[in-house]
Amino acid sequence: MANARTETPAARKAGKPAAPPAAPKPAAAGPPGILFETLSGIPIAPLYTERDLPPDLDARAGKPGEFPYTRGLHAEMYRTRLWTMRQFAGFGTAEHTNQRFHYLLSQGMTGLSTAFDMPTLMGYDADHPMALGEVGREGVAISTLEDMEILFRGIPLDQVTTSMTINAPAIVLLAMYVAVAEKRGIGTEKLGGTIQADMLKEFIAQKEWICPPKPSVKICVDMIEWCAERMPKWNSISISGYHIREAGATAAQELAFTLADGIGYVEECVKRGMDVDVFAPRLSFFWDVHNDFFEEIAKFRAARKIWATVMRDRFHAKNPRSWQLRTHAQTAGVSLTAQQPLNNVARVAIQALAAVLGGTQSLHTNSMDETLALPTEEAATVALRTQQIIAYETGVVGTPDPLGGSYFVEALTAKIEDEAMRYIRRIDEMGGIVQAVERGYPQKEIAASAYHFQQQVERGERVIVGVNRFDADEEIPIPVLKIDPEIERRQVERVKAVRARRPSEPHALAMGALRDACMSQRNLVPYVLDAVRAEATLGEISDVFREAYGVYREPAVF
Amino acid sequence: MARKIRVLVGKAGLDGHDRGAKVVASAMRDAGFEVIYTGLHQTPEMIVQAAVQEDVDAVALSILSGAHMTLFPRVLELMREAGLKDVLLTGGGIIPREDMDALGKQGVGELFGPGTPTSAIIDYVRAWVAQHRSDAVAAPLRGATR
Repeated sequence: MANARTETPAARKAGKPAAPPAAPKPAAAGPPGILFETLSGIPIAPLYTERDLPPDLDARAGKPGEFPYTRGLHAEMYRTRLWTMRQFAGFGTAEHTNQRFHYLLSQGMTGLSTAFDMPTLMGYDADHPMALGEVGREGVAISTLEDMEILFRGIPLDQVTTSMTINAPAIVLLAMYVAVAEKRGIGTEKLGGTIQADMLKEFIAQKEWICPPKPSVKICVDMIEWCAERMPKWNSISISGYHIREAGATAAQELAFTLADGIGYVEECVKRGMDVDVFAPRLSFFWDVHNDFFEEIAKFRAARKIWATVMRDRFHAKNPRSWQLRTHAQTAGVSLTAQQPLNNVARVAIQALAAVLGGTQSLHTNSMDETLALPTEEAATVALRTQQIIAYETGVVGTPDPLGGSYFVEALTAKIEDEAMRYIRRIDEMGGIVQAVERGYPQKEIAASAYHFQQQVERGERVIVGVNRFDADEEIPIPVLKIDPEIERRQVERVKAVRARRPSEPHALAMGALRDACMSQRNLVPYVLDAVRAEATLGEISDVFREAYGVYREPAVF
Repeated sequence: MARKIRVLVGKAGLDGHDRGAKVVASAMRDAGFEVIYTGLHQTPEMIVQAAVQEDVDAVALSILSGAHMTLFPRVLELMREAGLKDVLLTGGGIIPREDMDALGKQGVGELFGPGTPTSAIIDYVRAWVAQHRSDAVAAPLRGATR
């Protein structure tokens, strides 16, 4: 199979001479370790009054449930329906993760969210040499339709919504999900959930890819198009800021690059001749929610405002549902500390509260032990309970956007919107997000922010409790989930067994048709679906993409 | 004539988390090291081949995928086969303490977890190189180190 793993190493010297670190911008500082600026570097004034409110506040904010949705998508928000508590889970084999799904649902979780392992994310079967040592470690290993059937065994697919965090081979997992439902007699129109399928942020931040940007985006648009026609309850993409933020972006950069990605997908769909109001209502988003409490709330509010305005005024969408930025949120994994891990429970609670005050539709709360390993069942339960405490004990669900009208929050919302729009205009000037990504622009901005933050921490300007202040000499160990190496052997055997026992003729026919389709501009989803029905593996289908479109290599710069 | 410490910063396996590797690479560069970054998705073979070609003092691997118990021993084995006996293999990532200890017994150098100041990594590499590779003299401290 043509996979370019035999190339010479991409190692190269850093092309530029050692530059001294950027001089820190003087920020108003209070007591040691407290900066009066947000994590995005927005200065915080000693006092906010009505003079800090944007003059056009009524138009900017609107009412909850009304354009531009700054104050939330629904008039009553959580009074009529709480957010979906959707805990990301996946490890080991399909059997292990299926058990965890059943456990989490029994504990009151209201939607599933699937984490796949690294080989699956990169389009390799468990028995590929690149998968060695990685099977089932960071998520669940799925190579075959049989794995997918086991993963969702006993789960009513027409009742529970399922989110799948998968990107480069997303088209394969979407097809597998549809095929599993089909075997149980459940039509696509009944399937609710989300497939992440956002390749632009892969090149920007998460760095799990198969093919170069252009064909990758083409396949994402294939999925958006196919789902728009057949899956009215399915989010065909989750345009994600999460990974951008985790890679080091500030809140303003997360907002800007993610919305720029969204604009990029809409442009591609429109170029294909799709009606914006047919596909846009099924676009969804995914934010990180970090420590800077008010900045995060402002980010959620500004995001809805910018998107509504872009969709109405730039893309001329007429359906209000096309204007609405619906979002999932996850607390910031990167903010958790390996030191004194119990402290992470407090961080997660504060971040989760910000997401709720920001008006999220769905939320994952991280487990306290995630800087050490995948979460134990106990840690995952505490994380879910944290959401339940916010929902049922704090009273914050009583009224939509309770911080609307706050001098500080409204000023910050306007400010972060301005910062994001400045980046979006810059990206437009570069010819759009695909060109910006190919030039490495967002990647470089993010790396610079990550380094700047690390320097602030090392100078003690930013305090991380338990790491650079208030540290303890002795670590209190907490239980850590272990992945049995035996899992890899069993998964390798299973994929080999499937290849040996499946009927060869339908497989060969479906794979041939898929190869031909890759050479055309046709929508690939029906071809991948046929291949999956014929039990083609994830790795085999990904290899067809590698042959047709080539393998992406990122320039090694830092 | 003093020369700079040369370090290969590598990302092995399928792991795409490159924030830490890039931050450490930048901090090492600012501390006066010559840094070669492999980029993502390298096999152990590619990493060791690059270490040989670049004649480095140390190889620093970043692994956040949980595959450290496979990848570190493999890189170490290949380094030994390639005759890189006086080259440090170090690194960091999401690596439980007991795994760090087990890898240490096999001959891997110190490994660094989340929250480590870059200065601790730089000081460690500098001290190791001064002790084991007597021809190297580090550039003076500057930049992000304390």
